[in-house]
Amino acid sequence: MHRILSGVRLLIPLCLLSVIAVGHAEEQVHLYNWSDYFAEDTLSGFQERTGIRPVLDVYDANDVLEAKLFAGSSGYDLIFPTARPFAARHIKAGLYLPLDKSKLPGLDKLDSDIMTSLAAIDPDNAHLVPYMWGTSGLGLNLEKVKAALGEDAELDTWGLIFDPEKAAKLAGCGISLLDDPTEVFSAALVYLGKDPNSLDKADLDAAAALIKAVHPHIRYFHSSQYISDLANGDLCVAHGYSGDVLQARERAEEAGKGVEVGYRIPREGAALWTDVMAIPKDAPNPTAAHAFIAYLLDPKVIAAASDYVFYANPNLAATPLIDGDLRGNPGIYPPAEVKQRLFVPAERGDAEIRNLNRLWTRLKTNR
Amino acid sequence: MTAPPTHSHRLSRLVNIGIPYLWLGLFFLLPFAIVLRITIAEPALAQPPYTALWEWVGDGMLQIQVNLQNFILIWEDDIYLAALLNSLWVAFICTVFCLLLGYPMAYAIATAPERRRMILLMLIILPFWTSFLIRVYAWIGILKTNGLLNNFLLWTGLIDTPLHILHTQSAVYIGVVYSYLPFMILPLYANLTRLDPTLLEAAADLGCRPFRAFLRVTLPLSMAGIVAGSMLVFIPVVGEFVIPDLLGSPGSLMVGKLLWTEFFSNKDWPLAASLAILLLALLVVPFVLMQRLQTRIEEGPA
Repeated sequence: MHRILSGVRLLIPLCLLSVIAVGHAEEQVHLYNWSDYFAEDTLSGFQERTGIRPVLDVYDANDVLEAKLFAGSSGYDLIFPTARPFAARHIKAGLYLPLDKSKLPGLDKLDSDIMTSLAAIDPDNAHLVPYMWGTSGLGLNLEKVKAALGEDAELDTWGLIFDPEKAAKLAGCGISLLDDPTEVFSAALVYLGKDPNSLDKADLDAAAALIKAVHPHIRYFHSSQYISDLANGDLCVAHGYSGDVLQARERAEEAGKGVEVGYRIPREGAALWTDVMAIPKDAPNPTAAHAFIAYLLDPKVIAAASDYVFYANPNLAATPLIDGDLRGNPGIYPPAEVKQRLFVPAERGDAEIRNLNRLWTRLKTNR
Repeated sequence: MTAPPTHSHRLSRLVNIGIPYLWLGLFFLLPFAIVLRITIAEPALAQPPYTALWEWVGDGMLQIQVNLQNFILIWEDDIYLAALLNSLWVAFICTVFCLLLGYPMAYAIATAPERRRMILLMLIILPFWTSFLIRVYAWIGILKTNGLLNNFLLWTGLIDTPLHILHTQSAVYIGVVYSYLPFMILPLYANLTRLDPTLLEAAADLGCRPFRAFLRVTLPLSMAGIVAGSMLVFIPVVGEFVIPDLLGSPGSLMVGKLLWTEFFSNKDWPLAASLAILLLALLVVPFVLMQRLQTRIEEGPA
């Protein structure tokens, strides 16, 4: 709310500025990224270094980005989709420009495990550069969860959401789920001890029955609202992205109202995802997009971004530059035994996604 | 008698009639044709994400592809019908609430002293100076568990546990009625100020009590305003997306939200287009009925 209002106040001078900018025909690069996904000085630093003015638009769901991309002429030079299933699909549809690797000298510092994994959807890593990675787990209001379930309740389990008894006790202080069928179904499947990427009808029906059973206890399905609600103490369990939950923890600390937010990777397993950078094939300024990727490959720049957004980055040269607290945080850099339990979302066909989405609409509306 | 139409007369008539038709053709019929064309395509992994209508297959053969699967799917899957009916129901409830709230307000403004009328009207229009989206966001701040309303009620001691209003159907009703109330008040006000006050004086002279005079004189005469206001509220609310998305519960199934899912999450433009066409077809019915009612009121015996 506050942000939007101040945004409006900013708008008027910004409009004037853009008129002036057009007058000067200043070089620009148009970025389309997730909300709250750069450090405060990432953009200004790029302008200082290159003289190119970055223009940022934000989204909070891959779907929104995808709709613009498929419609064509999006006007963006650089986008930040999730690798699977989104960027994988875009590569198949031929929506990306192949990278000119001679302009990206920092590529060799990237984690080879992640690059190998990405090569499965992007042969020779021709189109994608990883930006950040993270997990989808549980954001908790520690005090309220313990008050509802007891002081020594287990917190690292999807049971907080999918066990109807526990969910009923937590419903009063609020449970939220991501508004994303792939995320919720894989969480339900892994809780049931099944393959999280299963498309088997019996498995999906079992997962749907599980979600249906706890549906009355779910306050809402949303992919970004839980950040402020966790921070304000309006929710006690949120199915959310690791860095977003940790941002909520930071905001709660700043507010100083005694809300303590924690992030847990459920022991049953959780999704490990990678967000990547890609240049749309109709990008107006691909040269500037390359310059921006090269800038983000600078270990100092990406370490500062990780410090701010609480997500791990794939740049090995940046790891020692990251804040010690962050590097030691198992929610951001999970230890090896936790990492073993993480799974990578599978690629899906269009028809499979549509079926899943329609099943999802039915579930959300309780039909 | 007027002079026989000259050349310039005919030209000006052509322009006068032509411009509205050109407008209609350019901004309604053309987009409508594009949407209609997408309904008979198939979704595809391409840019744009649907199949072409025709294809040259060599030897001068033109292959035209028409896919009616979308309408069949909408017909067979009851969720779409349920969403349409639910949207109509929500729109109906909201129109009734807007009318019940808006009529007394419009009446009060119309009967207020001339000097104060302008100020009161300004107060109705003033919220439009802020973006619609921000006003809906503000309701989140008011209605949420930790929000203004709950904190106020807790402070007064009227309740001892916060009410869950946000993310329920009630929140949608509150948001919609709040947002669309001016669209009810303004046409009603315009209508009520035109009423001849001497009619009410005559009724009083003949011994009619004020309330009865209102029912027998004012209400029937303001029917045109009621119909216009109701249309202005009902029709946009059926397709409303923002308010149910921000304030509603996951269970609030509305056709606007379903359209969004088909368009964004499923990238199924053909199905989304088919839904949009059906929604339009469905809205034409009440629109024509109300239009007819309005003409009858205006032409009917005074």
